[in-house]
Amino acid sequence: MRELVRHAWLIARKDLQLEFRSRTALASAFVFTALVLVIFEHGRDPTAVPTIDLAPSILWVTFSFAAMLGLNRAFQAELENQALDGLLLAPISRTSLFWGKLGANLVFVALVQIVGVLLFILFFNVPVWRVWLPFLLVCALATVGFIAVGTLFSAMVVRTRFAELMLPVLLLPFLLPPLIAAVAITVKLFAGRPLSESGGWLRLLAGYDLAFVSLTTLLFPSAVTE
Amino acid sequence: MLWARELSHAFGAIRALDGISFTLDRGRTLVIFGPNGAGKTTLLRVLAGLVRPTSGSAGVEGGRRAIGWIGHQSQLYGHLTVRENLRFWGTLYDVPAGDLEHRVGELLSRLGLDARAGQQVRTLSRGETQRAAIARALVHDPAVLLLDEPFTGLDRLAAEELGRLLGELAARGRATVLVTHDVKEGTELASDVAFMRTGRFVAIGPRGSRDAAQLTVAYREAVGGA
Amino acid sequence: MTLAQRGRWITLGALVLLAGIYVRALRYTPVELFQGPAQKIFYLHVPAAWSAMLSMGLVGLASILFLVMKDARLDRFAAASAEVGTVFCCVMLTTGPLWARPIWGTWWTWDARLTLTLMLFFLFIGYQVLRGAVTDPRLRANYAAVVGICGLILLPFIHLSVYLFRTLHPQPIVLKPSAPSLPPEMLVTLLLSFGVFTLLYVGFVMQRYALGEVGSDA
Repeated sequence: MRELVRHAWLIARKDLQLEFRSRTALASAFVFTALVLVIFEHGRDPTAVPTIDLAPSILWVTFSFAAMLGLNRAFQAELENQALDGLLLAPISRTSLFWGKLGANLVFVALVQIVGVLLFILFFNVPVWRVWLPFLLVCALATVGFIAVGTLFSAMVVRTRFAELMLPVLLLPFLLPPLIAAVAITVKLFAGRPLSESGGWLRLLAGYDLAFVSLTTLLFPSAVTE
Repeated sequence: MLWARELSHAFGAIRALDGISFTLDRGRTLVIFGPNGAGKTTLLRVLAGLVRPTSGSAGVEGGRRAIGWIGHQSQLYGHLTVRENLRFWGTLYDVPAGDLEHRVGELLSRLGLDARAGQQVRTLSRGETQRAAIARALVHDPAVLLLDEPFTGLDRLAAEELGRLLGELAARGRATVLVTHDVKEGTELASDVAFMRTGRFVAIGPRGSRDAAQLTVAYREAVGGA
Repeated sequence: MTLAQRGRWITLGALVLLAGIYVRALRYTPVELFQGPAQKIFYLHVPAAWSAMLSMGLVGLASILFLVMKDARLDRFAAASAEVGTVFCCVMLTTGPLWARPIWGTWWTWDARLTLTLMLFFLFIGYQVLRGAVTDPRLRANYAAVVGICGLILLPFIHLSVYLFRTLHPQPIVLKPSAPSLPPEMLVTLLLSFGVFTLLYVGFVMQRYALGEVGSDA
């Protein structure tokens, strides 16, 4: 188990190092987030639709699409010079490889979410900080399972034609449950209701995370082994 | 050191490997010649454990950890420097930190990469990249080398240096399997030779004192044409 | 007789039976009091939904078995089943709105079942787009199996989330379809059409599977 975590950490650290050095995906995700927020704000009739009604959906749509931008990145670096073969040959388990990739993706998405929320507060004037702790929990719960599926799929998709187009097509149905749940909980949080009112949604998110993190870990070897 | 027993690999009607058997002892170098599409790369991938055979089995004494692999591509990260790459792969193979620095330095100077150590891999020339790839494969001092056309992209001098390096490794008891489509390459290195066509060894045995010209004649007879 | 020929005969038989079902539905099954003749489309719609779900279920099952046994035939079956499932999804998604327009007064509503079937359709599409994008047959089979299994596990979650969404947002839905207790004639007709559609599924898959076999030899 310690070996597993250590190897996963090595992979994740290398991934983040690569990303911070090239910054392509991170930069495009930030710009994308800002753009979506600006467009949403200008597409809204401020006299008819109050910000607070629209805010949760906008926030989560932004998050999910920005995450998708980053997912392709994870395995692209591995295929550039077939480094993936080297990783598969190295004396590390497939699980630590997957968890390393997943970890790096989660850090990536977390960064995008932090910047996204800051921009969101700035543009939309929603007092997110009043509910920051439950909001953080929702963000984490809604992101983990979906990014796990995305990491698994991206490992396969990068080896196909039209990789960038393929991932959203495959991933969108998987986005639906966590997205609906996250929006529903966020609506309540922003309206000043306690988290305890969203018990059903939280259970759904937790169940989704549990199911898909274990399923994807189980399936990952099949996605990379010929 | 290395053995294969009745290896076959097929999917549906496509047969890439068809009953390959051989064993290789310490200090021996098997060079496999074959035309494109003969299944050479698949054979190496099966030996390495990257591809599961449909039937038969293969094994390496010491397992995955003991394998050094050079594939068609460098398996290096373009945005990391040569030294960072070697460190990363060394750490994955649990080379102790102290030994690793020493080993990396040694390989860099041996392969003439001293001046390039701090440069990102993507800025290297093709030949330099191939030399870095060789260093990567050797960083954990593997007992078995699986080399897929390792001379590709190397100039004469570098190719001769690689030849000397492989000769030394064989003298130190390393076993090597080298596949190539070019009979002129690697002939002097071979202690054993095999000719491969459509997934089979049409001939295998010690090289004896045959030189490249004699092998070419034998190869033409065995494989036909080419 | 080859597999494709047998498949063709089964399909032909099923189509004749389907015609029979409609003779029965139109002549001998009572017209629903509130919905009128529009209700007759249900004998196509509901069993098509059943066949689509069956397709996805079997794609998932074949995918699991494939990853264990690595038999190319299982992959071919999954591919055939997914393709046939897409067709049934299309039948379901076109007959649904045709019925909903006169009865609910709208082509589409974000009802739990509707959203689920739409997502099922997207899953099938994604599965097929992926298959089309991988040329190496071994990789394609592995990838497709992974997506097939994930898709199967996803369906209950989609259902749960959409259901939860609706129950938490009670809203006046005009003429919401409550589970209707069918009069016996209708029930028999419906059950018969389930059988016929299952037969159609089998016939289609056999033909598609045979086609895949030809393709793999080439």
